[in-house]
Amino acid sequence: MGANCVDAKVNYLLRQGDNALILSQRLSELCGKGPALEEDMALTNVALDLLGQTRMWYTYAGELEGQGRDEDRIAYHRDAHDFKNCLLVEQNNGNYADTLVRQFFFDTWHYFLIGALTKCGDTRIAEIAEKSLKEVTYHLRRSGDLVVRLGDGTEVSHAKTQTAVNELWMYTGEFFNYDEVDQAMVAAGIAPAADELRAQWLAHVSDILAEATLAMPAPDAWMQKGGKQGRHTEHLGYLLAEMQFLQRAYPGSQW
Amino acid sequence: MSKEWPLWEVFIRSQHGLAHKHVGSLHAPDAGMAINNARDVYTRRNEGVSIWVVRATDIVASSPGDKDALFEPSNSKVYRHPTFFPMPEEVKNL
Repeated sequence: MGANCVDAKVNYLLRQGDNALILSQRLSELCGKGPALEEDMALTNVALDLLGQTRMWYTYAGELEGQGRDEDRIAYHRDAHDFKNCLLVEQNNGNYADTLVRQFFFDTWHYFLIGALTKCGDTRIAEIAEKSLKEVTYHLRRSGDLVVRLGDGTEVSHAKTQTAVNELWMYTGEFFNYDEVDQAMVAAGIAPAADELRAQWLAHVSDILAEATLAMPAPDAWMQKGGKQGRHTEHLGYLLAEMQFLQRAYPGSQW
Repeated sequence: MSKEWPLWEVFIRSQHGLAHKHVGSLHAPDAGMAINNARDVYTRRNEGVSIWVVRATDIVASSPGDKDALFEPSNSKVYRHPTFFPMPEEVKNL
């Protein structure tokens, strides 16, 4: 494997970890503030699942990179432009419909991606994916179920959920907008092809939105991009400031 | 329509061969979500292999005031207890 391919793989692993970590951090903000005790615990469970997955991605990325960075170093000592997560996951929690629609869009992509990665050519990635798949399957079942309940619920919940779908839609194109890193991973037999993943995503999202009596925005609408290249929305900086404060103020502190 | 979700009682079977056991209660709008919520609230540490949920209002309970009438008479009938038989070591979960 050439040096370029190793670089691409490290980058690809960091993207997976960044997506999981940033969404986990967003969900953690709701800990103790969920709309009901049961929802609160469910969201926190999802946040913890994603944090566990982050650790596996970062640890592998750090080993492959060979510069002595461990999971904590990668999580707490990088700035916003070093994070390669998709813009969707850094968006604010908003109201509960916003939180759940964001989760549903992400979970759908995550489920099909992780499913494909279980069969990929890198055994370590396949193992991480295998371990994550059961969690991700539940996440998707839960968020899809709740989007249907909110969309096909009261007039107010329907309106709020439709607004969330419309406003978050432009952040969903980035999943399938492959750059040279993604292309290298497709060529290496690791990442699934963008077209295939997009078709699966659109089919599932369209089924659930139809069941939820929600209108699906145009698949070819204009889409935001830049997260994978480190160009983020204003929200990420604030999120990192809170998440990284302790390790930045007291480097290496443990408790 | 009430704004409060109805109460559900949750029963978890902890391992094959053992009966479902009451573990607590939770709120949910319907049975499907009660199962989902039970998974999140009561099985976070790998407790179960199966979940039952029952609407709390559907449970019929004996009255605490009837305790003596219902249970006291059997106390004096020691022959009803199977304590006179030695149990083989191999018999589990009895």
